[in-house]
Amino acid sequence: MPEQRRVIATLVEHKPGVLFRVSGLFRRRNFNIESISVGPVDPETARMTITINADENTLRQVVEQLSKLLDVIEVTELRSSKAVIRELALIKVTTQDPAKRSDVIQYANIFRGRVVDVYARSLIVEITGTPDKIDAFIELMQEFGVREIARTGITALSRGFEALEVKGR
Amino acid sequence: MFGIPGGANIPLCDVLYESPIRWVLARHEQCAAHMAEGYARASGAVGVCVATSGPGATNLVTGIADAYMDSTPIVAFTGQVPRAMVGMDAFQEADIIGISTPVTKYNFQPRSANEIPEVVKKAFYLASTGRPGPVLVDLPKDVQTEVSEIEFPEKVVVRGYRPNRDPDPLQVKKAAEMLLEAERPVILAGGGVVNANATAELVSLAEYLLTPVETTLMGKGAFPENHPLSLGLLGMHGTRMSNAVTLEADLILAVGMRFSDRTTGNPREFAAGAKIIHMDIDSAEIGKNIRADHAVVSDAKKGLRALLSAVAELAARRQDTVWSKRVRELKDQLNGEGKTNSSPLSPPKLMKHLRELLPSEGIVTTEVGQNQMWAALHFQALTPRTYITSGGLGTMGFGFPAALGAKVAKPSTPVVDIAGDGSFIMTEQELATSVVEKIPVLVTVLNNSVLGMVAQWQRLFYNRRYFGVNLKGVPDFAKLADAYGAEGRRVESYGDFRRAVAEAVRSEVTTVIDIPISPEENVFPMIPPGKSLKDMLWE
Repeated sequence: MPEQRRVIATLVEHKPGVLFRVSGLFRRRNFNIESISVGPVDPETARMTITINADENTLRQVVEQLSKLLDVIEVTELRSSKAVIRELALIKVTTQDPAKRSDVIQYANIFRGRVVDVYARSLIVEITGTPDKIDAFIELMQEFGVREIARTGITALSRGFEALEVKGR
Repeated sequence: MFGIPGGANIPLCDVLYESPIRWVLARHEQCAAHMAEGYARASGAVGVCVATSGPGATNLVTGIADAYMDSTPIVAFTGQVPRAMVGMDAFQEADIIGISTPVTKYNFQPRSANEIPEVVKKAFYLASTGRPGPVLVDLPKDVQTEVSEIEFPEKVVVRGYRPNRDPDPLQVKKAAEMLLEAERPVILAGGGVVNANATAELVSLAEYLLTPVETTLMGKGAFPENHPLSLGLLGMHGTRMSNAVTLEADLILAVGMRFSDRTTGNPREFAAGAKIIHMDIDSAEIGKNIRADHAVVSDAKKGLRALLSAVAELAARRQDTVWSKRVRELKDQLNGEGKTNSSPLSPPKLMKHLRELLPSEGIVTTEVGQNQMWAALHFQALTPRTYITSGGLGTMGFGFPAALGAKVAKPSTPVVDIAGDGSFIMTEQELATSVVEKIPVLVTVLNNSVLGMVAQWQRLFYNRRYFGVNLKGVPDFAKLADAYGAEGRRVESYGDFRRAVAEAVRSEVTTVIDIPISPEENVFPMIPPGKSLKDMLWE
């Protein structure tokens, strides 16, 4: 079974220590986290989106072990064909040569990115998209010189009406 | 309540001053945790242990980890430094929440007195429901002393927790069909059957289908070992008949167990010719170690009951079958106790004598190592909760404090710790607890003056390069017992042994029986580590 990128969406208790329990589980069971992003959805609940590289069997184990954590309320895998998967990146590009500055801005436009900070020797591009798209943009920027990158990690929602929600007991 | 007070839990201990709760003062926190485990395993109720902050709390960890591996319901209360000092590396501060998280089902640190009722109720609820396990409650000292008007909740809700779901009827029906289609089925029962009190259901199903039953170490006692369908233990030190029957089986119904490596040997080769139905309360166990052809997620009691009704709807009670004849034949052929050394007292024979001397509800606990495996192979457990051992973690020193906990739970039942000298030394100071708190148990020390199981591995797999295993016959266990005010005996013959056991059981005085055995003695059968059932060594 091939290893590939898997996106797992979870609803968790929104309280201290939960991230520790989740990351501890990954360490303890020898699962590798590619990225993890967390944000509150209501005062008691947070949504945690976890990306891993794993085969089917490991994925099943991860989902089962996550479900077992008492602070994890719901878990599901989001298959890329059936989900909107996004990542946000901020990329600081070196623009020592003013002639190249407009090239960077043009590339950013093509990728539907935005220039959000301009400085004499650099500018920051904000770009949103799938991880592949962001990888491609960063690759393009290498010729100008990439000074700093911040990526949020993947966040995702399933397509259609279906939703991950806290079920009644 | 088993525990030790200290600076950070004095307020908690202070309220016990006028409480009807029995307090048993342990002499080491690890033992307090094992006592709570022994209490829980013997009674089915939650065991409680108490320690102070820092070293008190960290000393509990081995016992908590043991309870986690063996799905034993205990609640541990630890003291903690006052809230304002948490994180300042205060005196006797340890991050016990961080330390215990991987070995507890859950843990809590209430930050105000108002949280305590809900936290405590949740702790007992979580420890005892679903797949049982240890829960830790860490109480900062100023939270213990805070005075507040508090409401006690009737019910607690944990959103991410769904214990005790009913088995899915379709999963059950398919399992029933597979079971009936199989020509050579065998049932493999684990500790989940004991935890769910499902022995009656297991016996009914096995008898209905004339299916032989083998157990894991934790499952010992889940099925009466004097039953004609019982094959005993399966695994690294399983019986010859269990291992042989498993190799011939075409279907294994595994109930309330997790396919530990000590049960399966090499997981890729385990019962390669058999289909596997895995019934367990914890869905995360399905497919974790061993592929399952079919799964029923359920506790053993509900699952086995549903399975029997599904089977009974499809087929009549089985009379003699070709397979049941074959199983009987294998049982008769392979029933020997194996070759023992030239020592005057053979551990397998001692186990058989002990069985004769104890009532069927008599409880044995074991230490870890050869003593544990001789007991597992040769001491027949006839009823559930009478064979209490450290299965998953394999904690030497477990048996004696666990025996004390079991005796507190069942004061009128004789309790015997089947020990080795190496293990007993690890927690022997609890003789003080046993004597002072009037918790009489019997310790039978199979004394070979070596760390016997390690020596056995060095003998078999390391070319007899014995290293770090020689205990040199120290201490004199009879004198040691005497020093604590307990009874100490050294026996030289089976007659001596029988008399000493009978006297200890009758007198209800804490007794240590020192039994010299040969350091060359091996536990057989044995499957070498990493090998599979077919590679079993017999001598």
